[in-house]
Amino acid sequence: MSEQAASSAPPRPSLGRIFWVFLVMGATSLGGGVVGYLRTGLVVRQRWLDDVAFVELLSISQTLPGLNATNMAILVGDRLRGGWGALAAMLGMCLPGAALMTAAAYAYGAGGDHPWSQAFLRGIAAGAVGLILVVMVELGAKVLKTAADYIFVLATAAAVAGFGVKVPYALVVAGALAIWWHRPCDRQGSK
Amino acid sequence: MKQLGDIAGVFAYLSLLTVGGGMAAFPELKTLSVDTYHWITFPELLHFYSLGQLAPGPNMMMVASIGAVVAGLPGAAVALVAFFLPTGLLTFGVGRLWIHLAAWRWRPAIQVGLGSVAVGLVLAGAVIMGRGALTDVLYVALAVVVFFLLLKTQINPAYPIVASGLIGVLAHWLEYTPTT
Repeated sequence: MSEQAASSAPPRPSLGRIFWVFLVMGATSLGGGVVGYLRTGLVVRQRWLDDVAFVELLSISQTLPGLNATNMAILVGDRLRGGWGALAAMLGMCLPGAALMTAAAYAYGAGGDHPWSQAFLRGIAAGAVGLILVVMVELGAKVLKTAADYIFVLATAAAVAGFGVKVPYALVVAGALAIWWHRPCDRQGSK
Repeated sequence: MKQLGDIAGVFAYLSLLTVGGGMAAFPELKTLSVDTYHWITFPELLHFYSLGQLAPGPNMMMVASIGAVVAGLPGAAVALVAFFLPTGLLTFGVGRLWIHLAAWRWRPAIQVGLGSVAVGLVLAGAVIMGRGALTDVLYVALAVVVFFLLLKTQINPAYPIVASGLIGVLAHWLEYTPTT
């Protein structure tokens, strides 16, 4: 990583510019798949990152708690302009969707009980289940390598959805077991 | 004030569960907002979650909707800050550290191990959501069609989801009565 930092210093766009670029992405990344929009915006159009750095930051975003889109905004903003850059990127990313969903709550209060609205909302809820399953399959294709990984998936899902185990317990117990299962092999290690 | 405090506590807690994406927090979101605090009903939660998938930006901006339903604009603001601040600070801090841990021996283990648990949590969220949303053969069919469409093509997910909504409207117009 140090070589990379030495070879090309990251660009330093202004805070306003960072806010604006993330605001545009936050307003146009319709229908999920925000990672694709981020890559187009940050790597292809602005050239603030190369693909290597993008994948590196994305892997951090996916491992840490938090949404990929906001984690990426924070990591990229920090890289470009430190803490204020992270804040500007985060605010830009969130503002459009937050404003829209706040307005949606008021619209729902005004007309959500109408039978036509209910029919529409029931339809999109069914469609959204399909979307979530696709997200799961795509996430799974990247991280599930061995039979044991699939067992961790099913055990976690069964514990939470089947037996009502609280998510933090499932996360800590299954997470610790899975990390231990994939523990570094000592023979290949540095010690 | 008590309500704003509850909103802050609930969404800050949920924030830390979003490993692998917002869906991982869905089971606890349902338990807390529907069963514990009675802020919204389960169908309302499903509706806001699905609308949130159509909104641009991060896919959990529906936390603002729940905050607004409970306590108006201050509620929306508190829900958003509580949901994004804890993980935001964590990412900011760990992100700086993590770059320097590229060669750490446990790093791949953590990434792969948490990855499989994250997929399990998304599956659990999908199952819980499906129990509420897929109450009839029509809705099961919609979910299956959207699933295969998005798996096999590169179309924007917003289109098939909006189409599902319109099919729901069409079914209502044709006086199709769900079996529930």
